[in-house]
Amino acid sequence: MIAQDLQVILPEIALAVYAIVALLAGVYTGKDKSAAMIVWITAAVMAVIGLWIATGSGTNAAFGGSFVDDSFARFCKVIILFSGAVVLVMTQDYMARRGILRFEYPVLVALATVGMMFMVSAEDLLVLYMGLELQSLSLYVVTSLRRDSVKSTEAGLKYFILGALSSGMLLYGASLTYGYTGTILFSGIIEAAGDDVSIGLLFGLVFLIAGFAFKVSAAPFHMWTPDVYEGAPTPVTAFLSTAPKMAALALMARVLHEGFGGVISDWQQILAFLSVLSMFVGAIAAIGQTNIKRLMAYSSISHMGFALMGLAAGTTFGVEAMLIYMVIYITMNVGMFAFILSMEKDGVPVTDIGALHMYSKHEPLRALALLVLLFSLAGVAAPMLGFFGKFYVLRAAVEAGMTWLAVAGVIAAVIGAFYYIRIVYYMYFGQDREPLDAGGGPILWVVLMGSALIMIVGVINMFGMEPVAAAAAAALVN
Amino acid sequence: MIGLEHYLTVAAALFVIGVFGLFLNRKNIIIMLMSVELMLLAVNINFVAFSSFLGDLVGQVFTLFVLTVAAAEAAIGLAILVCFFRTRGTIDVEDVNVMKG
Repeated sequence: MIAQDLQVILPEIALAVYAIVALLAGVYTGKDKSAAMIVWITAAVMAVIGLWIATGSGTNAAFGGSFVDDSFARFCKVIILFSGAVVLVMTQDYMARRGILRFEYPVLVALATVGMMFMVSAEDLLVLYMGLELQSLSLYVVTSLRRDSVKSTEAGLKYFILGALSSGMLLYGASLTYGYTGTILFSGIIEAAGDDVSIGLLFGLVFLIAGFAFKVSAAPFHMWTPDVYEGAPTPVTAFLSTAPKMAALALMARVLHEGFGGVISDWQQILAFLSVLSMFVGAIAAIGQTNIKRLMAYSSISHMGFALMGLAAGTTFGVEAMLIYMVIYITMNVGMFAFILSMEKDGVPVTDIGALHMYSKHEPLRALALLVLLFSLAGVAAPMLGFFGKFYVLRAAVEAGMTWLAVAGVIAAVIGAFYYIRIVYYMYFGQDREPLDAGGGPILWVVLMGSALIMIVGVINMFGMEPVAAAAAAALVN
Repeated sequence: MIGLEHYLTVAAALFVIGVFGLFLNRKNIIIMLMSVELMLLAVNINFVAFSSFLGDLVGQVFTLFVLTVAAAEAAIGLAILVCFFRTRGTIDVEDVNVMKG
């Protein structure tokens, strides 16, 4: 029995053991001098585990149904592992040059990834909580990685306080759910809930959703996002805005569909409310931002609103649309951060949007790649992949009979397009200013161009992602 | 006779005190950490009360895990707080304002 159970969580064990070994190796050998090597090895290990997971098949439950390895979990894990690996590889040079490449960085990222893998596979509230905390605690530390910077430690502190608050809400919800259903297994909760929830269970559900909304930074629980994104070192921001979002949304989808799938109408309105509010808060608050990292924070809030719209539809197609949306969003975001990491002047990082004035004159190719990414992020009627992501979630909302939600989404997307296109305007028609350095290195260049290329080429067939996402969604909702 | 409702009421009161402690407190970040701890302990009371009421051990196991995680969380919170104090020289809530948000 136990051997079969361990077989199912072997990828997680492998990554966790690797993280411990890497930590010991880092301590006993060169400390920060060996950090660059550990980063590369960690990225390689994560990519290999990603490939290994991708070869899996079927639905394997372990530990009495507390943990499951199905195609939904595998889909999310592959995305999480690969995006984590890419972020590690592309940030190594930046951190080394700023002197903040500590060997703890790759180890903590690996541990956060283990937490995320548990999150997407969790089938009961305890595994869910442990995975979430493993992820969060690692992220608090990497956020304040730059110990001598006021901004970084302040960001870490804010993230910690609000993250702990959200964990508390989530746990309170978990305790009520446990009390009113008598079990912590999702399969037991859905049975006990039936098709009509008691008031106590409804409170539990609302607290759970509030806790998740904090983690995915959906409005009105988004206050921490801009500060944390701005204060954290840019490589950490790149990581924060990709894999953890995927994990938290996948977790939310699993709890809502497997634990509360019988009472969809009870959580549908809450999610629709979160979705509308996030889309508009993200779109409107971003307009006044001049710091590109803060802008990306509001952009991510708005994008989370769209992803939640897929979830709010409460259908299999809604989950599929959410998965497709998240994959596209993560690809765009990795490309955007590859660009932000390369923004520097006289060797000092620049995050002011004003520095991009007339960028196209000095770096035509990179400006073009950035233009593609920005249009894709805006996602309004342009032949880029970002448009199709939005199209899928809007279709899911319309098919679920929530046309008003889709209309609100289109309006928010149009408002949001303004600040993306403003950057394009600066790059092509702005005033002439001192240009940025040609910095960045080849890895960032490749990631930026690759991401932009995917946004264009992917339009043809999305690299065959659609049937895979559909299968993953079907495994979750049944 | 003290029933389940009494425990739940106490837990809810503690939880709310914790949440308000986080938001209304304008003095010291250590108090915020204490409020967080209070919230987690309220949850523990809930779990143990439900566990005893349902005659099911899972709730008590959950409590042990929550206690462990809360200890790790407090350790990390204090470590970050020490780093913050070193760079900023203060732990007043009002001084956590380099970035506006």
